[in-house]
Amino acid sequence: MLLLAFDTATPAVTAAIGESSADGAFTLRASASSVDARRHGELLGPTIRRLTEEAGVGLGDLDGVAVGIGPGPYTGLRVGLATAHALSDALGVPCHGVTTLDALAFATGRTEPFVAMTDARRKEVFWARYDDHLTRVGEVRVDRPAEVDTASLPLVGHGADMYADVLGDAAAAPEPLHPDAAAMVELALLRLHRGEELPEPNPLYLRRPDAVAPGAPKKVRQWVK
Amino acid sequence: MSDHPLILGIETSCDETGVGLVRGCELLGDEVASSVDQHARFGGVVPEVASRAHLEAMTPTVQRALDSAGVKLSDVDAIAVTAGPGLAGALLVGVSAAKAYAMALDKPLYGVNHLVGHVAVDQLEHGPLPKPAVALLVSGGHTSLLLVNDLATDVVSLGDTVDDAAGEAYDKVARLLDLPYPGGPPIDRAARTGNARGIRFPRGKWGDGTYDFSFSGLKTAVARHVEDAERAGQPLVVADIAAAFQESVVDVLTRKAVDACVEHGVSTLVISGGVAANSALRALAEERCREAGIELRVPRPRLCTDNGAMIAALGAEVVAAGLPASTLELGTDTSLPVESPLAV
Repeated sequence: MLLLAFDTATPAVTAAIGESSADGAFTLRASASSVDARRHGELLGPTIRRLTEEAGVGLGDLDGVAVGIGPGPYTGLRVGLATAHALSDALGVPCHGVTTLDALAFATGRTEPFVAMTDARRKEVFWARYDDHLTRVGEVRVDRPAEVDTASLPLVGHGADMYADVLGDAAAAPEPLHPDAAAMVELALLRLHRGEELPEPNPLYLRRPDAVAPGAPKKVRQWVK
Repeated sequence: MSDHPLILGIETSCDETGVGLVRGCELLGDEVASSVDQHARFGGVVPEVASRAHLEAMTPTVQRALDSAGVKLSDVDAIAVTAGPGLAGALLVGVSAAKAYAMALDKPLYGVNHLVGHVAVDQLEHGPLPKPAVALLVSGGHTSLLLVNDLATDVVSLGDTVDDAAGEAYDKVARLLDLPYPGGPPIDRAARTGNARGIRFPRGKWGDGTYDFSFSGLKTAVARHVEDAERAGQPLVVADIAAAFQESVVDVLTRKAVDACVEHGVSTLVISGGVAANSALRALAEERCREAGIELRVPRPRLCTDNGAMIAALGAEVVAAGLPASTLELGTDTSLPVESPLAV
């Protein structure tokens, strides 16, 4: 099974093409990452094109697309999702979701419990607890760093690195900071090979849009009392 | 018309997810998913709400447009998408999807200008646009007067609003009068039974020798009038206020548009954008164009508001002009100037 995976839910734009054989053996065909929080829209398309050339495959050869569903800052997150939805629609192949923190966690290869954190902006982090690199415990959440129940576990990810002053020694070795699609494509193929369900390719926003209904119109006259 | 390439147009600059399919001047499919109801209680478009809705609606709207046109994605020859102007997060959903379609189908991608699309769409209704033409674009986000020498290559800005867009003034005045959002239709309806001569509201930038517009002073004058009436304990005559406000808006719009045609020796005026659906604007423009011997072209209301067909229509012009396709690095430009029908 040939799968293209990418993620734009963090400052990184990361994409990879991977393949699994009938017995589940994984081969990474090509991958690329760059960190530029303001250019997701410009970077993703050319990156995908470059990967297909490098891997010597056409988009038409893909058996599916996997995309990071966040959580992550929304504008960048939607670049990946809109791209994945349209590729899947045009190629007639399935589109799978991968929780971005799960991909980050998988890349650690850790066998002991830990917490993964990414930047949620507004002085908050997106985070989740893991028993090991493959096993998340509970839902993904958004909180202020000081309010995260880390249970004194080691912390990984850019969110841990950003708030190391608040989080203390647990954040001393936060690598990897950003998700890597090479790990994401391997994780997605592993889950598919095991017959596990992957999430729908819908965004994890975790927050409602900031908008308040307006009050009465402002008065334009200054009345003299 | 079947020898013309089939253009898929994608529009996500504001709160409508639009997908259109066009061959030359022939409209084949036009589907729109609007998030306007989700914005109503906020009294204006909330960018994050709009962007979320675009992502949900994008591929389903493409499929509906293909179905209604009776074509398949593999029939598409080129993809056109709004690159700007518009809301950054909203534009990015459409541009990202358009790039993916272009890559997957291995067809050229064209990032085009939303404002010029509003003019190009008239070709789907009234055939090729005479060159040159003057276009008045009036919507919730834009109020522009353009000299259109060539849709794909030569559009000149004659004037613009210096503050609020005309449609924005409608929305703000509707709030003052306790009418629903968007304000255009309810004000237009209320004005039909009102006396426009009872109150005299200012005409912004009237006779100032430019083709610019201003509507924020008008909105403040309406607010003053409402506050004065409330303070004096007088009931608000909403119909009269709506009629007088609307008269002031359409008077300036049509006067400057006709003046621009006369000055530039142009015999065709196109009025497009959401406010072009306004009955008073249409009526006064018809009267003044007739007097000046100018042909007035106003697309049907459905094509005046934001849609994907207008982007496909401009895409068709750009392809026919042989302009180079955009690269996959195409970015969005929230303030793409109207002089750039094709984004670089």
